[in-house]
Amino acid sequence: MTPQKLVLHWLKGRLSAADLAWLEEKSTLLATGAADKDVYTAYSSALRHSGKAPLELAPADLDSAQAASPGWDPSDWTCEQAARVALLLALPPGSKSSQLMDRVYQTADVGEAVALQKAIAVLGHPEGHMARARDGIRSNIQSVFEAVTVRNPYPAMHFDALGWNQMVTKTFFVGVPLHLVVGLDRRVNPDLARILNDLAHERWAADRPFSPELWRCVGPHADARALEDLKKVLNTGTPLEQRAAALALHASPRTEAARIIYTHPELAEAAQTGALTWERLYDGE
Amino acid sequence: MANNPKRYIDPHIHMVSRTTDDYTAMAAAGIVAVIEPAFWVGQPRTELGTFKDYFSSIVGFERFRASQFGIKHYCTIGLNSKEANNEALAEEVMDLIPRFAGKEGVVAIGEIGFDEMTAAEEKYFRIQLDMAKELDLPVMIHTPHRNKKVGTSRSMDICIEHGLSPARVVIDHNNEETAKEVLDRGFWTAFTIYPKTKMGNKRMVDIARRYGSERIIADSSADWGISDALAVPKTANLMLEEGIPEATVNAICYGNAILAYGQSGQFNEKDWLDMVRPDLTQEFAGNSLLRGGGPENPDLSRLIV
Repeated sequence: MTPQKLVLHWLKGRLSAADLAWLEEKSTLLATGAADKDVYTAYSSALRHSGKAPLELAPADLDSAQAASPGWDPSDWTCEQAARVALLLALPPGSKSSQLMDRVYQTADVGEAVALQKAIAVLGHPEGHMARARDGIRSNIQSVFEAVTVRNPYPAMHFDALGWNQMVTKTFFVGVPLHLVVGLDRRVNPDLARILNDLAHERWAADRPFSPELWRCVGPHADARALEDLKKVLNTGTPLEQRAAALALHASPRTEAARIIYTHPELAEAAQTGALTWERLYDGE
Repeated sequence: MANNPKRYIDPHIHMVSRTTDDYTAMAAAGIVAVIEPAFWVGQPRTELGTFKDYFSSIVGFERFRASQFGIKHYCTIGLNSKEANNEALAEEVMDLIPRFAGKEGVVAIGEIGFDEMTAAEEKYFRIQLDMAKELDLPVMIHTPHRNKKVGTSRSMDICIEHGLSPARVVIDHNNEETAKEVLDRGFWTAFTIYPKTKMGNKRMVDIARRYGSERIIADSSADWGISDALAVPKTANLMLEEGIPEATVNAICYGNAILAYGQSGQFNEKDWLDMVRPDLTQEFAGNSLLRGGGPENPDLSRLIV
């Protein structure tokens, strides 16, 4: 099934027949060439027909989502977001539609902006959404930033290193759990490792805490300074920080890292066997 | 309507002009929801784009800013009377209003009405009344500072002429001289509590004593001028101290705003009762608004920043 058919199918059980008919009618209108004004009004009014209830998709639905579009994870979507995305998916993919979406975004309220950013996970013509996605990363509105960053495959697939590194680094400033960022391990790079290692030093100097998930992006590209830092964290950190340091050291290809981690055989083994993972870092906290 | 612990609504306040200290104090004083009417920002706008970005900010960033303090933020959309006098620009703004008026949390068309009572002001006032009818939204009316009595009567006449029900129109910035007529004609009657101009809250106590609470609303209209973001809770406390019954105070400072603006379908008590209230004392590292450890404290005796 196409993403659009899938979204409408999910809404079928959740919206009244009249509201669904409204959405289908507007989708057809948008697909066949609507005036800008009609797009603005349909997109704004969608909420009045959808409500804000969570979609609460079943595991089978989430599998269908992955099959329809790689990396698509609508597990936290609401009916509002699904309805708005159904309208955006109705627009014929191409630069004309993505420019129209830019205009919708310019005057979006918070909920509208969030749905627009979540939509880029499945919208065609990905290059047309780049400027808007990068704008979402600049937003200080937490929910807009999270719509791009969390459970969204777009950044890992399309951002250049500058945008990607900026996004990942900002998660530590606004408190977004890093394990919800899609494609993290695929996009680690030496620059990011250095930026985050610098950030760790800044926070230590300021005596301010930071999420130990930071070490996840440092480990695979750890240089001598980073290995020293990870050794310190492994020996003197809280149990949570120690687990993160072990995972980071385990991801380093350097023999020095292996030597450090084996000073803590239990943690080394947990990282080795997969008993300890970044996803399970906070277990027991 | 039961209201315990004490909750207040400020149904007219321009938060874009206020600081995080205000938000902190408002939340602490029990303000759970605010309505931010689109207004004149002090410096006259000369471009359509600045209107567009202003409207976007009151449905966007300001909504987020308020939420960080546990305050639910709503707004009204409209072209204010002062700027209606720039006719070329006003004409363009009319096309912009429908693009915002249907958004979530837009509870009325406003604040619109008269400033000097020019022909241009009247023209765009009328166009926007028709828009409110078409969009099925309530209206918030700003009454003029000068020639107030005539301006207020005339505003109501025009609303009736355009077929609006008084029950869906809030007339704001009333005083002792205008209150009776507005109440008698069935309109919502709002009073702005301002330190120097408009109404002081001692006078508001007399209004409550004289007229009771039916269709009466208190607000702060706090903005970029000398004004008080805590005017509503302060007025509530003063009224209680002066022996105004609790139910009356509750209606004037909370319940009536829900009845008036709830007619938009966009202003529901459940929205703020269900809202997750942030713990303002929690540590926030980094560049969010609650930088480095909660809201600023203006108390100079606390030296550690």
